Amino acid sequence: MTGSPRPPAPRAPGRALGRVRGGFVLRRVVRFAVSLAVLLVASFAMIHLIPGDPVRASLGPAAPVELVAARREALGLDEPILSQLLSYMRGVFRGDFGTSFLSGEPVGEIIASRLPNTLGLALLATVVALLVAVPLGMWAAIRTENGRNRGTEAAFTSATGTAVAVPEFLYSIALVAVFAIGLGWFPPAGQAGPVSYVLPILSLAISPTAMIARISRAETLRELGTDYVRLARAKRLPAPRLYFRHVLPNTLTATLTVGGLLLSALIAGSVLVEYVFAWPGLGLRIVESITQKDYPVAQGVILVYGAIVLVVNLLVDLLLGVLDPTSELKET
Amino acid sequence: MRRLLRTPAGLAGTVLVTAMVVLAVAGPPIWGAEAERIDSASILQGATAAHPLGTDNLGRDILARVLVAGRLSLTLALLATLVGATAGVLLGALPSVLPRRGARLVTGSVNALVAFPGLLLAMFTAVIAGLGARGAVIGIGTAVAPGFARLTQTLAASVAGADYVSAARMLGVSRWRVMTRHVLPNIAEPLILNFTQALGGALLALAGMSFLGLGVQPPSFDWGRLLFDGFGRIYATPAVALGPAAAIALAGIGFNLLGDALAHAAARRTAPPGTDAEPGAPRPVALGEPDPDAVLEVRDLTVAFPGGVTPVRGLSLTIAPGEIVGLVGESGSGKSLTAAAIGGLVPYPGEVRAGRLRLCGADVRELPEAERRRLLGTSLAMVFQNPMAALNPALKVGGQLAEVAVVHQGASRAEAAARAVDRLDHVRVPEPATRARQHPHELSGGMRQRAVIAMGLMGAPRLIVADEPTTALDVTVQREILRLLREVTAETGAATLFISHDIAVVGELCHRVVVMYAGRVVEELPVGELASGAAHPYTRALVASLPDMETDRSLPLASIPGRQPPPAEVPDGCAFAARCELATARCAAERPPLIPYGTARRVACWEV
Amino acid sequence: MIIKNLTVRFGAFTAVDDVTLEIPDGAIVGLVGESGSGKSTLARAVSGLVPYSGAVEGVDRRGVQMVFQDPLTSLDPRMTVGASVAEGLRLPRAARQAEVERLLSLVSLPVSLAGRYSRELSGGQRQRVAIARALGARPTLLVADEITSALDVSVQGAVLNLIRALREEFGLTMLFISHNLAVVRYVSDVVAVMHRGRLVETGPAERVVAAPAHDYTRSLLEAVPRLGRGRPAPEVTS
Repeated sequence: MTGSPRPPAPRAPGRALGRVRGGFVLRRVVRFAVSLAVLLVASFAMIHLIPGDPVRASLGPAAPVELVAARREALGLDEPILSQLLSYMRGVFRGDFGTSFLSGEPVGEIIASRLPNTLGLALLATVVALLVAVPLGMWAAIRTENGRNRGTEAAFTSATGTAVAVPEFLYSIALVAVFAIGLGWFPPAGQAGPVSYVLPILSLAISPTAMIARISRAETLRELGTDYVRLARAKRLPAPRLYFRHVLPNTLTATLTVGGLLLSALIAGSVLVEYVFAWPGLGLRIVESITQKDYPVAQGVILVYGAIVLVVNLLVDLLLGVLDPTSELKET
Repeated sequence: MRRLLRTPAGLAGTVLVTAMVVLAVAGPPIWGAEAERIDSASILQGATAAHPLGTDNLGRDILARVLVAGRLSLTLALLATLVGATAGVLLGALPSVLPRRGARLVTGSVNALVAFPGLLLAMFTAVIAGLGARGAVIGIGTAVAPGFARLTQTLAASVAGADYVSAARMLGVSRWRVMTRHVLPNIAEPLILNFTQALGGALLALAGMSFLGLGVQPPSFDWGRLLFDGFGRIYATPAVALGPAAAIALAGIGFNLLGDALAHAAARRTAPPGTDAEPGAPRPVALGEPDPDAVLEVRDLTVAFPGGVTPVRGLSLTIAPGEIVGLVGESGSGKSLTAAAIGGLVPYPGEVRAGRLRLCGADVRELPEAERRRLLGTSLAMVFQNPMAALNPALKVGGQLAEVAVVHQGASRAEAAARAVDRLDHVRVPEPATRARQHPHELSGGMRQRAVIAMGLMGAPRLIVADEPTTALDVTVQREILRLLREVTAETGAATLFISHDIAVVGELCHRVVVMYAGRVVEELPVGELASGAAHPYTRALVASLPDMETDRSLPLASIPGRQPPPAEVPDGCAFAARCELATARCAAERPPLIPYGTARRVACWEV
Repeated sequence: MIIKNLTVRFGAFTAVDDVTLEIPDGAIVGLVGESGSGKSTLARAVSGLVPYSGAVEGVDRRGVQMVFQDPLTSLDPRMTVGASVAEGLRLPRAARQAEVERLLSLVSLPVSLAGRYSRELSGGQRQRVAIARALGARPTLLVADEITSALDVSVQGAVLNLIRALREEFGLTMLFISHNLAVVRYVSDVVAVMHRGRLVETGPAERVVAAPAHDYTRSLLEAVPRLGRGRPAPEVTS
């Protein structure tokens, strides 16, 4: 018998692993660029995948034929598909995302004026979630290590389990009902000063906080069981040194990986929260554009959301590469 | 199933999900007519006695509509999850049939899609598929699929790489049979689990889409749509938003709790059940005077866990300065927990009792906290089995050594770092200054174990406890580490407690050997006697069952029938009696004490 | 059978480098080496689990069966012992039961274990089940990869005895791989030493142990721990 069947994944031999960090960064950037290109094509294709004539669908059956033809002309929909794609890409890189069917505003301007509001909300909520969740998870892990304090463990698990399961738009409705309409402490809608940020940030942050706290606890528990933590305990290091120097850094890899994914999810979740709070961000606009079939706006905003997700993932990857000296070895 | 219902969370999840299913089946027939009845006399009401959750703009009762909407909400979620799971599983299975390049492309795309938030994918699809339930279902299905694809991929890859699949392939079992007999059954459970959780997620996402006006359109209604209608009136009549919001929240919580509980139950299934007996009270033992010269003196040490699990039972041990004592036993004999107890590292809920636990002339348990920390931190050096795991991967090697000096000896950072390099050099780590600045993963296994030993030498160790320090190493590296331990013991005058399952290594390194079986010492003897002069039948059998370079190849090896009793089931008599050729009725009934036998040795056996 | 010029590469890394090794019929060839020596990769290549260049002559693919290091992961957790053992049998359903019983008694396991799951068995019993399963395919070559290294010493002896009995009674040909030179010497007729992917020495077991020809074999031999080498404690004045 010569030759062989399908190979299993070969285990990478030790010496081939010692790659330079530059290669790691480069691979990640290339991956980002490829994903971005795919995203561009996908957002371009979106309009073309709509069954029938998108312009007709948008303007309605009553619109005059000339208007539809003029719009098609303006959008370049009658040109060959490839040249449409090229001019779309060229436009995007110049910041030209087309114009709204309905208001005639340039989509680029809409995005530029609204993106900061969305990003501000999402970033603040992420920061709040991380600041609360990581210490909370660590504390819970230390308190419930090896099954001690079962009461705390049950309370933590059921509280986070419940908090994770309730979607952000229900939190925002409940918060509006209680704190804005009921108690009148906060404005129920709109963006007006720092106070108006409180309820939207809370709505967005509760679920991710619960999720990250769970991950943080699980990671801390795993760390507490390792030999090097046993050894650090054998060395009788003071508790702060043990927990903050030996345990915390090793829990951050997984926590931040999940945190990055959550930030992406949180940006999407902000659509709903913005809707509830009539927040002048991209989310409100995309909902309007989809219901009103304002396709250029929908296309542009979805492209921006997608690009934000890609950038977040790239940043998280690079951050992990810096924080965890072995993470670049773990990649496939 | 019973286990599922035993935890409050599992019970709550099961009850909630069951209620949802019942509602979906029974809701429309019972309240369908009520939900559709238009009553122009009572439009847009808040909570009233007749309409606890108010009425909508056509005067229809909102409570009835919430109860009826359950069916559509659940059906759509189920549909979307089915669509997503089917697509995802197929997509995930694709790489195992595609040629390598195609497989990589699929894997890469799935990985990229997983990172995309579901709602975004759903909106993208909804734009194309159009507003309405169909678009939302396809959209949410699309959003669910990548997660399933990735899970299928990882699961299938791990099962396909398992030894039992290799074995089946070598036996000539067909690809199809390998798939149906080995791969599918072993990945089905996690996939089903994921389905429960994805179902909950899909339900929430669909509610979100409908709430935004992108999902279910009138005259159909699901909970999200009812919430959409109610939200517009939240200032005037907040009650109308309450019903649909509560329904969505309860459904989300129910599916999540159930999914968690199922995952928990699946993870626990393989764990062995514990017995509920309480550990027996220790019999008092005459302790005698403490030995002033001993580095370590342990009397009547017991380590017990709840459920009658007592891995260490009344162990006594004395070690003199400069002495290397080998503690040998099979896995489960309690040797590692003995080491942990000496280092004060027995994990909760383990309970350590001892008549005496003296280190360097002081009973560790009677020292004030600060002094005890200093004593254990500087006089006791511990070395663990796996050098890959004994150093913190996030910290530089030198820093991990230096902190001992900083914390316990008040050294400055620069002094401590210099001492760390000096200690690394001392254990013959080449280029110590460079190594000190590196992370552990840049060092080989042998070098890491040296670094751990160097860490113990940062203080002034009086006792080195080495728990299987060479088991994970190659024999040539093992030899160097053994030599290093011998040198370190000789030059520091410290005592070494060397714990191993390998009687040959113990025989090579140690001066005195202590043999453990089922939590007790059965024999203690000078190393010279080990090869041919052991008295206890267990020690003799261990030595005989071990092939060495002189073993007669024409004779079968000795082997010991049966197995060591687990720590919860150690019998009253001699624990070895069931496996012993010499055992008598007395052995099974009465435990032999550990008594002196000849000079410098002790044996626990009725038959010697 | 003979392994001729067998090479295994993983990317730029050569795990097994041009190994030629004869395994005489009815003999046990012991392959010894440290971690990273390529001995397990060679085993997997001979068993057809890893692609290689070169040739394995004198045996067809189904004629090679392998027993793995960890008996827990080499048995499907969802299959009973009986089902696992029956997996390689090409027999009508009626004859299968009897054959499973024969195989189990061949490895000295009570027939009553057939209905149990592998998690209910001890390590030594699991390894016997894995051996019985491999024997069911009536292999011309049995590859045993570190089959005793996950077992306790008291159990190891019994498994080694079983291996020798199988050779003596049935003339089973075997490639026996271990990092433990003493174990390899005890069971094998021929000992082959691997180091960094290459075969550095091959010869009759007693000759290799008594008069090693290669430096690496010598250092390996010196490193084998021996019971009798320990000394009593020196007198310490502290």
